[in-house]
Amino acid sequence: MTDLTTRYLGLELRSPLVASAGPLTGDPSMWDRIEQAGAGALVLPSLFEEQIEHESFAASFAYEHGVDMHGEASSYLPDLPMGEVGPARHLDLVEQARERLSIPVIASLNGTSPGGWVRYAKHLADAGAHAIELNLYDVVVDPEITSADVERRYVELVEEVRAEIGVPLAVKLGPWFTALGNFAVRLQDAGADGLVLFNRLYQPDIDLDHLSVVPRLTLSSSSESRLPLHWIANLRGALRCSLAATTGVHDGADALKLLLVGADVVMTTSALLRHGPEHLQAMERFMRDWMHEREYDSVDELRGSVSRENVPDPQVYERANYYHVLHSWAPGPRR
Amino acid sequence: MNPEIVDANEAVAAVAHLLSEVIAIYPITPASSMGEHADQWSARGHANLWGAVPDVIEMQSEAGAAGALHGAVLRGAMATTFTASQGLLLMLPEMFKIAGELTPTVIHVAARSVATHALSIFGDHSDVMAARSTGFTMLCAGGVQEAADMAAVAHTVTLETRVPVLHFFDGFRTSHELNTVRVPDADVLRAMVSDERISEHRLRGLDPDRPVLRGSAQNPDVFFQAREACTPFHAAVPAAVQDAMDRFAGLTGRQYHLVDYHGAPDADRVIVVMGSGAGAVREAVDALNGAGARVGVLALRLFRPFPTEQLLAALPPSVRTVVVLDRCKEPGAPFEPLHLDVLSALWHSDAGSWADGLRPRVIGGRYGLSSKEFTPAMVKAVFDEALADAPKNPFTIGIVDDVSHTSLAWDPTFRTDHAKVRAVFYGLGSDGTVGANKNTAKIIGGNTEMSVQAYFVYDSKKSGSTTVSHVRVDEQPIDSSYLIDQATFVGVHQWNLLETLDVLSVAAPGATVLLNAPYPADQVWDRLSADVQQQMLDKAVRVFTIDAAAVARGAGLGGRINTVMQACFFSLSGVLPQDEAMRELKGAIQKSYGARGDIVVERNIAAVDESLAHLYELPLGSEVTSSRHRRPAVPAGAPDFVQRVTARMLAGEGDLLPVSALPPDGAFATATSQWEKRTIATEIPIWEPDLCIDCGKCAIVCPHAAIRMKVYEPGELDTVGVDIKTKDFRSREVPGMKLTIQVAPDDCTGCGVCVQACPAHDKTSVKRKSINMRPIGEHLDDERVAWDAFLRVESADPAQWDPASVKTSQLRRPLFEFSGACAGCGETPYLKLLTQLFGDHTLIANATGCSSIYGGNLPTTPYAVDDDGRGPAWANSLFEDNAEFGLGIRLGFEAQRRTALSIVERLRPQLDAALGAAAVEALLAGVDDNGEVPIREQRARVDALRAALRGIEGVDALRLLDLAGTLVRKSVWIVGGDGWAYDIGAGGLDHVLGSGRDVNILVLDTEVYSNTGGQASKATPRGAVAKFAAGGKGIMKKDLGLEAMTYGDVYVARVALGASDVQTVKALLEAEAWPGVSLVIAYSTCIAHGFDMSRSMTQQKLAVQSGHWPLYRYRPSGDDDAQPFQLDSAEPSVDYAEFASSEARFGMLARSDPERSKELVDLARTDVTTRYEYYRQLADVHRSAPGHASDTTIADSEDEQ
Repeated sequence: MTDLTTRYLGLELRSPLVASAGPLTGDPSMWDRIEQAGAGALVLPSLFEEQIEHESFAASFAYEHGVDMHGEASSYLPDLPMGEVGPARHLDLVEQARERLSIPVIASLNGTSPGGWVRYAKHLADAGAHAIELNLYDVVVDPEITSADVERRYVELVEEVRAEIGVPLAVKLGPWFTALGNFAVRLQDAGADGLVLFNRLYQPDIDLDHLSVVPRLTLSSSSESRLPLHWIANLRGALRCSLAATTGVHDGADALKLLLVGADVVMTTSALLRHGPEHLQAMERFMRDWMHEREYDSVDELRGSVSRENVPDPQVYERANYYHVLHSWAPGPRR
Repeated sequence: MNPEIVDANEAVAAVAHLLSEVIAIYPITPASSMGEHADQWSARGHANLWGAVPDVIEMQSEAGAAGALHGAVLRGAMATTFTASQGLLLMLPEMFKIAGELTPTVIHVAARSVATHALSIFGDHSDVMAARSTGFTMLCAGGVQEAADMAAVAHTVTLETRVPVLHFFDGFRTSHELNTVRVPDADVLRAMVSDERISEHRLRGLDPDRPVLRGSAQNPDVFFQAREACTPFHAAVPAAVQDAMDRFAGLTGRQYHLVDYHGAPDADRVIVVMGSGAGAVREAVDALNGAGARVGVLALRLFRPFPTEQLLAALPPSVRTVVVLDRCKEPGAPFEPLHLDVLSALWHSDAGSWADGLRPRVIGGRYGLSSKEFTPAMVKAVFDEALADAPKNPFTIGIVDDVSHTSLAWDPTFRTDHAKVRAVFYGLGSDGTVGANKNTAKIIGGNTEMSVQAYFVYDSKKSGSTTVSHVRVDEQPIDSSYLIDQATFVGVHQWNLLETLDVLSVAAPGATVLLNAPYPADQVWDRLSADVQQQMLDKAVRVFTIDAAAVARGAGLGGRINTVMQACFFSLSGVLPQDEAMRELKGAIQKSYGARGDIVVERNIAAVDESLAHLYELPLGSEVTSSRHRRPAVPAGAPDFVQRVTARMLAGEGDLLPVSALPPDGAFATATSQWEKRTIATEIPIWEPDLCIDCGKCAIVCPHAAIRMKVYEPGELDTVGVDIKTKDFRSREVPGMKLTIQVAPDDCTGCGVCVQACPAHDKTSVKRKSINMRPIGEHLDDERVAWDAFLRVESADPAQWDPASVKTSQLRRPLFEFSGACAGCGETPYLKLLTQLFGDHTLIANATGCSSIYGGNLPTTPYAVDDDGRGPAWANSLFEDNAEFGLGIRLGFEAQRRTALSIVERLRPQLDAALGAAAVEALLAGVDDNGEVPIREQRARVDALRAALRGIEGVDALRLLDLAGTLVRKSVWIVGGDGWAYDIGAGGLDHVLGSGRDVNILVLDTEVYSNTGGQASKATPRGAVAKFAAGGKGIMKKDLGLEAMTYGDVYVARVALGASDVQTVKALLEAEAWPGVSLVIAYSTCIAHGFDMSRSMTQQKLAVQSGHWPLYRYRPSGDDDAQPFQLDSAEPSVDYAEFASSEARFGMLARSDPERSKELVDLARTDVTTRYEYYRQLADVHRSAPGHASDTTIADSEDEQ
């Protein structure tokens, strides 16, 4: 029997396939299916500090809208209890998941203020999350802010959160760091138990009819897994912390490749949205068959075996690779 | 019972909710909040005394509420209702029945003026006095605590006596005053109401197990006797009321009597009064007796049955003059009702019971109509008059009557207000000042032994409205039932109010003044006007200043200044020790804002902490340094009436206007809003001609007619002498013209709807549109000059362009401008468009509601006139009768026209001779001509007719001169909201729809009762929350258009300006042209929908795209193959949930009850698709409009012979 267990953030997982943060993991009616399909862990959707703030002020708007403006109408909407505004609903989700699931539950957090990160991380840990994933999703457009500023802020943030919570801590990053290797090490030293590579930046689109900017969310494709593959391969040897691969993991082959370059777990969202939670079973089956055919007994055996430090020609993961790709691709004949 | 800070409406509703099983409600100011509280408590599952949740049901009118109440109590249930004013009048027929059947119930009334020459929402006793013959027991409460207590007494007494009770208290002054109150709790009420009586009432209820018949018809043989049979029941009431009051005293320590005397035991003068006015009288009595007078006051609580015996017993035998004060006017009566009752009681008294063996003299007067101030100074004047040998009788007090000379003069320097803290706060409706002061009252009341009273005065505008909060704090209970005029603290929360109101007139010498100034502290003194500086020096006030908006912004609260100003008040007023005050304020913030999340709480607390650090005392100069004076209320060029009368009202000095200043019949000149320069916008739209595509969308959507389009000859600008922006006007019909789009900067509310609607972008930067919001400070001076010049530009004749396009419709001058409607109002653009298209020949019948308030509430009127002095003639009758009222106007016009035509026929020889036969024929043929040019031509014919008539002898010619105007087409537009059209006026509307008469009906459908604060109507959509539908409306909105279509000959259109302005213009023109009844149902976005109103028009578009508001026109035609229904909007393309999630009225339910919200939104989604499919099928239906039989008259039988 092939052993698929793995260790991630110090947690023992039955499988390296992790259901990543998304609409499916936020829907309690899907949890049993995700677990039964073999997920090793489940990452709940991010608690967005910005969203909590938005909801708070939206609630304020509703409560204060038109209040005491006119002698005939002390208000224009009924005074309704609008439920808990703030993180309570999200924390309740964490508690429910923790109660219902036997696999580890990882809570994800996207903060906007230094105090917010720490406060909500504590709330999530107190709600029972096995681990916290800090989702460093931030679009820095201010020309006055340097890359060094950004990195320093993130490192301090990890230190602050680390100091306040006892559960394992993962940090989810975007790929746009000038010297990711150095930054990754600093995050690890600041207390990150693992890195999740990489976040996808949701890029807006243009509506040509109205000349307006519109949000556009598209699901990932397999080819997008190359980016985490590339970086995990490069970082594996330099880091002792866990590494999770995310973005573009659509099938067992994608998963295997990422494990081979050094990922401890692979996370998938788009594929589960497309095919349903049971797609995890197909991925696992593919992995088991592949490993069985090649007589791998465990994930531990194959993990990192094709990372930069374990391949005969490490330069394939460096700039030479870029050069090679450019020259190996030839356009088809003109017609 | 712990003290609470509540107003009477909340306290009374709390008692009524505990003691009722059925509560039938209908909104009416100032009683609405009683129903709202009851509805919310039931929605939250609060049970009554017997463990069940009262069934609170909103009816279609007060008549409906009374009907439901009647049924419920006749069945034996415990039931109640709340109302006021016209609402009570609608209940009168049922009240006679309920009392006649000896059925226990209580109607709680926040007493309010009945509409006469004008509507007024404010308090007096004209409504309850109209109910005095119904047979109800009438119990009056004089203050907030009394209202709570009398509610308990009323419910007890009605069960004891079987006589229903009308419990009333003064609208606004009591209904809306916050005070320290102990609301009778369930234990007290349980001890008060008798289970045995309840059981008897239930057993009397209609029940087929023990059947009886109620409501028989009786004949002359027995009706009279049967009517007298109830007498013992009414006779037993006074004793039962006193017994209940005594038992109540035993339970609570608060003892009341049917009449309560206060004052000198040997008084020579006594005032008899009911309601809140007794508070002012008591204060005056104490002050006068302290100065050696012998006066007293008798406050009456039981008015019906009239407690003659108790009144006589309570009056000191020494009294020589009894002065009765009535808070109502009964024209033609010898005296007002209470006066007559007291007079009768004293007339029948034993002369020997009085000192000197003489019955006291009785005089009386009117006071306090429509919440007119009634102060101790006025009371003193009344007592002084009572000393006169020949006093005025009746008199008036509180006004200057220079017409009938009834009024008494009073000395305003006589004051008795000794509250320790007397604070007056000036703010805007939108800045949270009132909310902050309510909160302050609760903090003080909840954390100290002191009593607190808070009362709020609002102006009549819905945008940029001014609020004045009056807050008293004292160790003693406060029943000063009048406004503060010697404040120890004055808070000016908006700097601009220093420019428009004399805010320091209320400051007592040495008072503390807090200014919210958008300037550094060292600049504030120099920015004050000379008037304000002088007052500060004269009164030696201490002035403190803070830039509250900056502090609020710094704390992340946007411009929300309420917490900042509240913190400053606590710091400066000394009402609590500073540390304790800040601690309690933060506690209150946690309590008030806790439900909105930590972030809101934290930011408000941060604002408190920052406030005191930014509060500075302003060193006063030694002399006035400013040369600038407050802006006059109206410009110098305003008409005489506006200068003499309107300006005083605008300056807050309307109380000082004498009777002679006001029209006796309520007829006011229109076109006065143009003189009221409010300057309430912080940003105004600025036009960029280089980008403009002349579409007119900015102008058509502007709710306040503050953006105008004018097309003119190229040389025209040379005549105005000012360089205003201009561009070539694109027009195939009349090329070569110039166009200007201009904002009226002082009239714009800054809503931003125009910018949202503007489709023209700069190709190099899409954020720059052809019209853009810009800070008013940077543009006001230039735009004022440009606006004045724009008004002087002579417009090209708009009749050169067909009005059927959006662009050309906007070349017509709006005859509805600068109303006080909410910023971004979705209703007013339709009214404005209507006046642009037909305003010069339109009569408007306007149902009561938002449109009658922004349309007809003084001081100014937005309906305007054109250069010829023509414009909409507007009238409001009632809420419930508007369709019938409008039809009556039409009938009146048609009757006059028939008379005019008959005279023309009789004068035909003379007219033919004077005008020529062809001209007379043309005149007769043109009476129904429609359209700008045909109407203009017909007016010329009528002018010629008038000229001819002046040369013709005889009475016919004179009569025809009066009636000649009827020979020109006049339109009647019947306008109102959905509360009128779908609910209270539905019966009348249906009748008018079936009349076949040429009237046009415009329903401004906001899907709630907007004016009274967003109560549900039958137009409220499924899934929306509204007051009286706090759990979300579970049933579909009524399809009013379909109802109208059943007649077959009614033109029906459903429009949404923001979705299709073209279809809206077409529909109005078609409705006007249709010679029968037309109904236009206009989707009107509203503040009650809960979204940012700058999106008013885009939200309308979303409503149409989601299928929430399909557009159509039903155009009746007599053609055999007519397909009258035309669907004008496409199949829903946006998910209903997306539309619903964009408005708080749906979103609140999603938060408070997600499962129900989802269920209702799912059902609503099905509703819209099903309805669209139904309409799509309707579009294929062939239907010929039913023919109309010709008018007939039944031949007189004598003529036949």
